[in-house]
Amino acid sequence: MDNTRQQEVPLYSALEKFRRLRVVPFDVPGHKRGRGNRGLVDFLGQQCVEIDVNSMKPLDNLCHPVSVIKEAEELAADAFGAAHAFFMVGGTTGAVQSMVFTACKRGDKIIMPRNVHKSAINALVLCGAIPVYIDPKVDTKLGIPLGMEIDDVKKAIAENPDAKAILINNPSYYGICSDLKTIVKLAHDARMLALVDEAHGTHLYFGEDLPLNGMAAGADMSAVSMHKSGGSLTQSSLLLIGEGVNEGYVSNIINLTQTTSASYLLLGSLDISRRNLALHGRESFAKVCEMASYARSEINEIEGYYAFGSELINGRSVFDFDETKLVINTRGIGLTGIEVYDLLREEYDIQMEFGDLSNVLAYISIGDRLQDIERLAGALDDIARLYSKPEGSFFSAEYVTPIVKATPQEAFYAEKIKLPIGETVGRICAESVMCYPPGIPILAPGEMITRDILDYIAAAKEKGCSMQGPESEDISELCVLK
Amino acid sequence: MAENRMEYWFEEMHTANVKMAIRVDQHLYSGTSEFRRIDVFDSPEFGKFLTSNGNVIFSEQEEFTYDEMIVHVPMAVHPDVKRVLVIGGGDGGVARELSHYKEIEVIDIAEPDKMFVDVCRKYFPDNAIGLEDVRVRIYYEDGLRFLRRCKDKYDLIINDATDPLGHEAGLFTKEFYGNCYKALHEDGIMVYQHGSPFFDEDEENCRAMHRKVFKSFPITRVYQAHIPTCPAGYWLFGFASKKYHPLKDFDPERWEKRNIKTWYYTTHLHQGAFMLPKYVEDIMKEEE
Repeated sequence: MDNTRQQEVPLYSALEKFRRLRVVPFDVPGHKRGRGNRGLVDFLGQQCVEIDVNSMKPLDNLCHPVSVIKEAEELAADAFGAAHAFFMVGGTTGAVQSMVFTACKRGDKIIMPRNVHKSAINALVLCGAIPVYIDPKVDTKLGIPLGMEIDDVKKAIAENPDAKAILINNPSYYGICSDLKTIVKLAHDARMLALVDEAHGTHLYFGEDLPLNGMAAGADMSAVSMHKSGGSLTQSSLLLIGEGVNEGYVSNIINLTQTTSASYLLLGSLDISRRNLALHGRESFAKVCEMASYARSEINEIEGYYAFGSELINGRSVFDFDETKLVINTRGIGLTGIEVYDLLREEYDIQMEFGDLSNVLAYISIGDRLQDIERLAGALDDIARLYSKPEGSFFSAEYVTPIVKATPQEAFYAEKIKLPIGETVGRICAESVMCYPPGIPILAPGEMITRDILDYIAAAKEKGCSMQGPESEDISELCVLK
Repeated sequence: MAENRMEYWFEEMHTANVKMAIRVDQHLYSGTSEFRRIDVFDSPEFGKFLTSNGNVIFSEQEEFTYDEMIVHVPMAVHPDVKRVLVIGGGDGGVARELSHYKEIEVIDIAEPDKMFVDVCRKYFPDNAIGLEDVRVRIYYEDGLRFLRRCKDKYDLIINDATDPLGHEAGLFTKEFYGNCYKALHEDGIMVYQHGSPFFDEDEENCRAMHRKVFKSFPITRVYQAHIPTCPAGYWLFGFASKKYHPLKDFDPERWEKRNIKTWYYTTHLHQGAFMLPKYVEDIMKEEE
């Protein structure tokens, strides 16, 4: 990384320069620096609306960058150790989809862990590729999905030598990492692309003593959520590529679905955040790790909670653990993570990242303060005192092996009928059923519905999980193939 | 003397539309700790006063009001206080008032900001003398962190934090009141700064505080005092208790026998302080 060049912010500088020019706008957007919509100025401030502008010569164009956006992307590539970096404005969802579209055409196979983000499965609906799922193993005590084991990856490759790519979460929402380096090598040996979903892994590129990042592991593409641990504006993201991928082709793929009116607020925030990470990332994430580990030790002193950490590492399903993730298992106080999530929000004014059947996750970042960690620990202590119940039998998030009967695309577009959920056993599902939190599919389009799956849905619903995806909001019915 | 003075004023916004100004003779100290900016001024009207992030915390001429009100009110109610915890209170004023009571065995002070204590020791020796009492132990620790390790440990907890929006925000939360409840004996009392109810923007904090404490303790009452540098010159304190009622269990004779010299508190005032203006009564009732 070139530290001198990393101090520059070419896109942000161009925006600042443009603001001072006071150019008369006869182009879009129609609010014309906010003059046509005062409510927008009250909402966002003059400074913000002044740079909400359209692509123009001095500000470059995201669809085909030649000047300041190109320079900003080059700096990002340098900072992340990538051959090239694309600025993305459709979220990391856009970046994940672009990875899948680059690797797969209709009918191609792609190997992925079952706990992929729904953006990956939706990408399959769009492009017609066939998923080959790997059981990510589940820690039944904690109720969380883990990582892919090397033997399972080898088996999937051996059984599907024609697959085009392997998708890897690095890390998962819960901070779990698979053996990325080995999986990348297995993929390359089998002439497959290694695609990495680093929606929760921006900091891995800058912090010390953190799990290996995608580009350093030699991956071909990585989707990096700059707006999560990277600190940029929500919806801004990066798509990184390695030497083995054709930049021009990826650019064409991105332009298939990405807007032609990219927001300069988002783009500028990417440029500024990249500089901040490059210059200060190391000490920032050292502080984040320190705060997370302090929080972990304080919370573990309270009876009934278990904030897990690197002791989970087992060399297989948990190859590495991202210490910045503060996941707290709540089974010991007899409450579900969802119940604790709700109590924290409603009674203590504390907003957590998510709660699932057994855990709540606190997202610790460069914006956190120690005094807020004290509040979280104090509130958890109070919840244990006031609301704990005897530890009951919990619904355990066991892995439900999907039985893929049709591609997600075939199933999504097929003729279907809606049936009461109880009558769907043995049918092929036409829609997705996601369990929120944590957003892992129970069913994807094209999969066979089994008794086990219906039991899972019923139990998760009863525990207060929000089930999303099906047309019928209360999931009393499911769409199945005719 | 007037000709020796210049137009040198400290100003504090009490609302977006109301400003308090104090003429300053000298700016004695300015420093930034891990938590806040601390300044000390000398003024003709209030003597020396200390500010935190530009808000007056106390002045020499009026600190007696709240130090007395936050200590003597619960001490005249609880019959046998042996262990006291003060959260914040690094200036020593609360400890100084507590040191009048012989039966107290332990005065623990949890104050995260050591710089605040050091500055008070240097510029406000009349307050800081309270920290010299042999029964006082200072813990330079976050209040919530300190409380988490306490269970059934204190007879009285005094929350001396004043600003529900700044670095002490954690001391105005449900988790704080809950942690206090846990740290108190079965007949324990917690008193705390309840803010000023007059201006609209302060009223919401006042309401939220009462709402949270009301849910956490069986007995919750609010009492008042007149403090010139506070917004509207008007300040409330909270009295939350597991067993003792601030008026029904109040024992004026026992307190009078102690012969403690005060400037603000009297046993008459004790009772009057709980008689609130109608609008304050309404605010509290609405949150119960």
